[in-house]
Amino acid sequence: MNKFWKSGDPFIWLTGVALMFSLLMIAGLMYLITAKGLGFFWPSNLTEIKLKDGSALLGEITGHESVKAHDPDGQEMTIERTQLKIGNRDLYGLDFRWVDDNNIENTSYPQYAVALERREWGNMYGFIKQISEGGNVLCTGNESCWAVLESQIPVYSGIYEEIKGIEKGVIGGINREIEHLRLEIRGEQMGSGRQDRIKELEAEIKEQEARYQEQEEKLTALYAEFDKEKIVMTSVDGRDKEMPLGNIVRAYRPNSMSWFQKAGLYASKLWEFVSDEPREANTEGGVFPAIFGTILMVMIMSVVVLPFGVLAALYLREYAKQGTLVRIVRICVNNLAGVPSIVFGVFAVGFFIYGMGSTLDSIFFKEALPNPTFGTGGILWASLTLALLTVPVVIVATEEGLAAVPKEIRDGSLALGATKFETTWKIVIPSAMPAILTGLILAIARATGEVAPLMITGVVKLAPHLPVDGYFPYLHLERKFMHLGFHIYDVGFQSPNVEAAKPMVFATALLLILIVVVLNLTAIITRNRLRKKYTTSAV
Amino acid sequence: MENLQETMETGAEERVMVHGDQKSKKFQIPDPIVEVNDANLYYGRKQALKSIYMDIPKNKATAFIGPSGCGKSTLLRCFNRLNDLVDSARVEGEILIDGEDIYDPSVDITQLRKKVGMVFQKSNPFPKSIYENVAYGARISGEKRKSVLDEVVEKSLKGAALWDEVHDRLHDSALGISGGQMQRLCIARAIAVEPNILLMDEPCSALDPIATGKIEDLITELKENYTIVIVTHNMQQASRVSDYTAFMYLGELIEYDTTETIFLNPKFKQTEDYVSGKFG
Repeated sequence: MNKFWKSGDPFIWLTGVALMFSLLMIAGLMYLITAKGLGFFWPSNLTEIKLKDGSALLGEITGHESVKAHDPDGQEMTIERTQLKIGNRDLYGLDFRWVDDNNIENTSYPQYAVALERREWGNMYGFIKQISEGGNVLCTGNESCWAVLESQIPVYSGIYEEIKGIEKGVIGGINREIEHLRLEIRGEQMGSGRQDRIKELEAEIKEQEARYQEQEEKLTALYAEFDKEKIVMTSVDGRDKEMPLGNIVRAYRPNSMSWFQKAGLYASKLWEFVSDEPREANTEGGVFPAIFGTILMVMIMSVVVLPFGVLAALYLREYAKQGTLVRIVRICVNNLAGVPSIVFGVFAVGFFIYGMGSTLDSIFFKEALPNPTFGTGGILWASLTLALLTVPVVIVATEEGLAAVPKEIRDGSLALGATKFETTWKIVIPSAMPAILTGLILAIARATGEVAPLMITGVVKLAPHLPVDGYFPYLHLERKFMHLGFHIYDVGFQSPNVEAAKPMVFATALLLILIVVVLNLTAIITRNRLRKKYTTSAV
Repeated sequence: MENLQETMETGAEERVMVHGDQKSKKFQIPDPIVEVNDANLYYGRKQALKSIYMDIPKNKATAFIGPSGCGKSTLLRCFNRLNDLVDSARVEGEILIDGEDIYDPSVDITQLRKKVGMVFQKSNPFPKSIYENVAYGARISGEKRKSVLDEVVEKSLKGAALWDEVHDRLHDSALGISGGQMQRLCIARAIAVEPNILLMDEPCSALDPIATGKIEDLITELKENYTIVIVTHNMQQASRVSDYTAFMYLGELIEYDTTETIFLNPKFKQTEDYVSGKFG
């Protein structure tokens, strides 16, 4: 027996089992997120359920479970029940309903059942009754109206895009211009107070306001166009609901679609998810602004953290006299990596936002006060917070890399008449580059997943503008932004319609993981290229 | 073992007593390029070189031999002031190269090191291409013209007898060639900056006999144009390549003479014991 323990075999098994457990947990997590996240976009069949009491329900089956309950005699029993997404929030008030399997009379998949994705009120499931335009009935019945619907939806999507374009682009531009002029007037009043210049600016504002009126009229016309055609839907329990065609994003009849048609629709929904803006309090539509915000923030952070971390590590390892003080500094840096991130967030609010931001405002953006420009949360401050949070990681990794550069190579360079600076710059840093990039990878991985400090330094649930646009200075560092991690929290836990938002949580989480993987892969590939270039001597 | 050590130490003291006046014993060389006068080196409180007097002849190979820790590498590293990198090291006395005291505060160390090249015990090519390794010295001197660099690289690699082996893969990593080639690359890199003196710190200790042979041939060739100072543990090597040999022990220069004299007819018993393999 003793021999058995000494042989070390049990230990090998123990290590193997530990590894397997870790892998299983990760695989399980990934499976759960992937299945729940990606399944959400599949257009599942619309099931019509007739209940024993005569009423009927139509919707997508979203869940099934068995619950323990007590029958009237106090006996314990198991009830099987099915969850149905019945949509039609404007008719029923609730999107989801649990149905006791015992109460189901029969189920069927009506061929003409239509699912409408709408800009408001969520999905609608039902049958088409008629489409009309200003009192004229254009068509009635499922078959003929379907053709009209299919041809009209792209037209209305076009109008919708046009309206959005004017609202966000043109009118947004005019507003920006007016705001700019107003601030300039303010600046003149506070400074030199040249009346003629102020008059000039005021005239320009008038001009812009005239342009605004023009666009406003155009918009009104477009909105009228948008509401012209109306569709009447009949729900499965026989209630009619009229709505403008413009309200419909997408219509499909899943019960009469082939697998390939469904796959096409799936792809288009998936694309919408990653490329579009959110709708309906973030529970529908896409998450593009959040993806954009996350990546931009990580990029700004990398640009800041890399030089700072590397320079600090260079000083600590190459120039500082190694001794107690340096050792204490090193311990402090290591400990800094373990400080809870929210502490960094609080520090950032005090130092960056109220300290630096307010100072910047009082120097450069005086006209806009009391409205803060940099004196409030923004992508710059969030990125700096994360840079602060991850700088210890970069310092530690870089220091290890520098320490691993052999003394012989440094001596070789110095012996050729290179100065210490030349040696560091041309020999030591390139040799330590793989380690530096490892540090950056760790920093990115940590920063992408961080949410807590961002919530108080500039992340919002819905940002009106991206931090990058076509207006000077193109990169707007003071703007608030959206972030995938915060999006998960917001959609999952702050949403009024939690049940509907659940799949969005998984899909967003999957996306966040993917982004971390992609960012890391990029850095890892770069590092491996460098490593190949600088493989250390085998002698 | 300890007994032997003790005997040796008493021997050294005896010798110091007998030949107390080192300066008068200095081995005279007609046209020295390096002159060492009363050089002492301390690592903190420990004295590593004790009152060394020595002249090194121009365009000859001079070998330093002696047991480990006798100070031969330390002395070698004094010639290009690489000991400056050790915080605790302190040098006293004077070391003249071309008549100029290299420990004078006005000396530009980088210029000195360009004049006094060095090849290390462990071959230490930079993690760059073969070409970049050789061109490194020229580049840090500010040379940017590609034609000049090409010329320097070719000339140096030919000078180090490596050109034929690597001319078709100049831009491959320098870490992909054999150990012997790496050491010759380091020699090429050192001669690329056109030094007058080439210091070699046990350049063959990590190489097999064939690679060692190539390097020794190379040293014989290089002697024509460079003054070579080589530290070696290998007595045969010293006798093969060098014209003069210095035997050092415990930080002192025991005997310095032509190689022939040291190996065939040494003045001191310690030298004889060492070269005949009785200790060391």
